[in-house]
Amino acid sequence: MANAPFRRPEGRPAPAPGLLRRIDDFARLAFPGVSTAVLLVLAAAPVSLPSPVFAVALPCVAFWTVFRPAAMAPPVTFALGLLLDLLTLAPLGAGVLVLLVVHGLALRFRRFLARQSFLAVWLAFCLAAAGAAGLHWAMQALLALSLPPLAPAMHAALLSAGLYPAVALVLTRLHEAMRHAEGAP
Amino acid sequence: MIRLSIPLRQALARLALPLMIAAAFGVMLLGKADALLAERLRAQLADALAPIYAALAEPMSAVRGAVEEVRALTTLREENALLRQENERLRRWHATALALESENDMLRRQLNFLPEAAPAFVTARVVADGGGTYARAVLLAAGPQHGIRKGQVALDERGFVGRVTEVGTRSARVLLATDMNSRIPVTLEGSRARAIMAGSNGARPRLAHWPEGVIPVEGERVVTNAEAGAFPAGLPVGVVRVSAQGVPEVELFARLDRLDSVRLFDYGLRGILPPESVARPEPRQGRR
Repeated sequence: MANAPFRRPEGRPAPAPGLLRRIDDFARLAFPGVSTAVLLVLAAAPVSLPSPVFAVALPCVAFWTVFRPAAMAPPVTFALGLLLDLLTLAPLGAGVLVLLVVHGLALRFRRFLARQSFLAVWLAFCLAAAGAAGLHWAMQALLALSLPPLAPAMHAALLSAGLYPAVALVLTRLHEAMRHAEGAP
Repeated sequence: MIRLSIPLRQALARLALPLMIAAAFGVMLLGKADALLAERLRAQLADALAPIYAALAEPMSAVRGAVEEVRALTTLREENALLRQENERLRRWHATALALESENDMLRRQLNFLPEAAPAFVTARVVADGGGTYARAVLLAAGPQHGIRKGQVALDERGFVGRVTEVGTRSARVLLATDMNSRIPVTLEGSRARAIMAGSNGARPRLAHWPEGVIPVEGERVVTNAEAGAFPAGLPVGVVRVSAQGVPEVELFARLDRLDSVRLFDYGLRGILPPESVARPEPRQGRR
């Protein structure tokens, strides 16, 4: 009995590229959240410097919310906030709320911000960082029922405002690359 | 994936942020209600992240080392200048020491001076503070065939510590110079005046019985005195410090609060009477 030649059904795409494509899409979707989480974990590494976890979280969340809101959805922000609270010694929930508020504000003004120059976005981010640090401090005071020192909050605001250009530079490159990949058929 | 109608999906997307903010408040309440929850979660997270940090530790320490190196390089210049200065000073001292040594040699040759034998010493570990009869004393551990005798002089790496007062088969007790019962004959190096250094149970023993016309000067070196044959002359003891009340005290060179081992020197001196003879003094002859 001769083997019947296997006939590939015509007119249907091969399964492999579809799977790859889906993995690719998923990777792009997950990248902002995962990369931010990895950055947070790295920032929380025990070095002798004051912990820059909060200052790293703010620019990442703000950037991805403005430029790729689909990937930085509220649940992702929530998870990042939880990670932030667990990595720092802040009361549980304070970081979550601050990141969600920053996310909400960025989402609200995203159409306006995306059209502005880098400098204007940075300025807006500086204001947001100051507000976020203030809110974080207030939440800590409220949740712990005692006044924490002001200096770390100011320090975090300044550090995050200063980190934004560096973070934005790298993330803009990545964002462009991802856009390029999406534009390609 | 569940397929949802577009309006429903939009509604969900719009609701997500308020929902998440509500959840944030929920988390806050949860954290307030169960204080241990955050601790447990943090511990679990730390457990999960520990391998990552362990892997990071190596390059981190390399980076830190490099930073330290750079910082050291920036201060290298000043350090070098300082060292050069110090070297200069030490060279002068070296020259002085050489000159003094040769002079000493010459004088000894002229005087037919009999040099003292280098004293034998054993080093013993301090195992306990205090205890026994005295408030300021240390217990030394010694081997079973130790050569420690009562009256030997104990020094640490800086200076005079005290004197052996009790000897057991495997241990010895040293009465420190700061103890209330300690009386050490000393010489004030500046004026060559003799005095007694009396312990007070405080950190600094006091000076007493210095001759009239001599005033112990702040910063003057104090060394032991060979008077009464209990100590060799010239062991470094400390420097004179005048207390706030104007009482001259001795700041000891030895660090009595952190003794870990002491050297016990055998100078072969028998100046201290054994206790039995003190308890039963011999009757004086010719006074009947």
